[in-house]
Amino acid sequence: MSYYDPSDLKRFAEVGKFSKELMDKFFEYYNSAVGEDGALTKREKSLIALAVAHTEQCPYCIDAYTTQCLESGADPEQMTEAVHVAASMSAGIKLIHALQMQNSLKKKGAL
Amino acid sequence: MSQSTSVEKISNKNSHKYNFVDKFKRSGLKPNPLTVETLQVNVTKLCNQTCVHCHVDASPKRKEQLNIDGVNRCIEILKEHPSIKNLDLTGGAPELNPHFDYFVEEAKKLGVHVMVRHNLTVTLDGNPVTGEEKTYLPDFFAEHKVEVISSLPYYQEYFTDKQRGKGVFEKSIESIKMLNSRGFGNGNSELMLNFVYNPAGAYLPPSQEQLEIDFKKELHNKYGITFNKLFAITNIPINRFRTQLLKIGAYEEYMEKLVNAFNPAAAEGIMCRNLISVDHDGKIYDCDFNQQMMNMEVEVDGEPLTIFNFNMEKALKRKIRFGPHCFGCTAGAGSSCGGTISE
Ligand code: SF4
Ligand code: SF4
Repeated sequence: MSYYDPSDLKRFAEVGKFSKELMDKFFEYYNSAVGEDGALTKREKSLIALAVAHTEQCPYCIDAYTTQCLESGADPEQMTEAVHVAASMSAGIKLIHALQMQNSLKKKGAL
Repeated sequence: MSQSTSVEKISNKNSHKYNFVDKFKRSGLKPNPLTVETLQVNVTKLCNQTCVHCHVDASPKRKEQLNIDGVNRCIEILKEHPSIKNLDLTGGAPELNPHFDYFVEEAKKLGVHVMVRHNLTVTLDGNPVTGEEKTYLPDFFAEHKVEVISSLPYYQEYFTDKQRGKGVFEKSIESIKMLNSRGFGNGNSELMLNFVYNPAGAYLPPSQEQLEIDFKKELHNKYGITFNKLFAITNIPINRFRTQLLKIGAYEEYMEKLVNAFNPAAAEGIMCRNLISVDHDGKIYDCDFNQQMMNMEVEVDGEPLTIFNFNMEKALKRKIRFGPHCFGCTAGAGSSCGGTISE
């Protein structure tokens, strides 16, 4: 059995069983940041959220934002591009650390 | 795409879980008919396509069609009731009924506004049974100032072909260009060309307004196409779409989504309050969805209402036959043949 249960997504609010005020504040913030049109459209926000869901590797968020992307008019092509943005950022972030390695090599007189 | 599911019918039982009438009444609304502004007639189940989401289960194999007596009776009803302003022809591909042209011509003579649910590809495919050509349709629609309402699930090939079959997008674009060249969708208010969007799967449609902007921009930039309005409609969980949901194990989840998105403002404007729907035998229903389900005919005083015993008073007295599928009409911004009900 997997640790993750897809039906837990619907139970997200139950986290507020304890420290409810904090969860309420979170939901208010979360819903207005992600769920509404602002300077960014709801679709743009959904695509960003989908990319973040992949970098954070959160199966709940991947499910939720796949739906949210479709319901805000995005298509699989745009969604896949968003995942590529996330993936290439991750790769870039890994790669720039190679300079750290080079610095280290230098310190050891190996470069 | 031949998704050959058998014609699955579901009954009218309001399951405990998805009790529409209860929800409707609890919002303080009265679920009664208000007017009959539109006579929607399903003139044939024959279609040149076999779309995955088709609630009619239409295909090249279907044979049911309204005969000439039925067509003439509908024309008489329109003549006798000037309060019925619109004739909405649907199918299948309505143009494949041999009396289609006559029906349109006679209705127009009465000054009735005629809309046709035109699948675009029939113009190029022709009749799948007889091989009869249909390339005259754009000219015919223009001559009679028919409002053309066409399904185009997306402005890109992927979602369109997924639902409607391989090559449908390309063919649809070609057919739209023919309509544009006859003046449809170009700002002439008498030559209206509207598109219908529906989701490719088990999710709700995006905002109609935003989607229309995207459709207009993309279709114009890529193909030089113009159109009037986009109607965003929700997939109603009956027949082929319901079978598909059950197959992928998403039926319950989809129903819950629809129920949770119940919107009283949309409920107020459900289309069955202002139209009646006629089948190929002349039987009357509250809408085209009910028409495709088993035992959902309108009955008044214990008798089925048909075009042959039609009476306006009876039609307005009828009890609309709701079912769990009705949650599809009231979810989110609502859904009708004219798209979103409330924003
Ligand atoms: S074109 Fe329309 S009527 Fe024909 S199969 Fe597709 S959805 Fe059904
Ligand atoms: S499915 Fe038909 S009867 Fe039910 S609410 Fe919609 S229009 Fe009315």
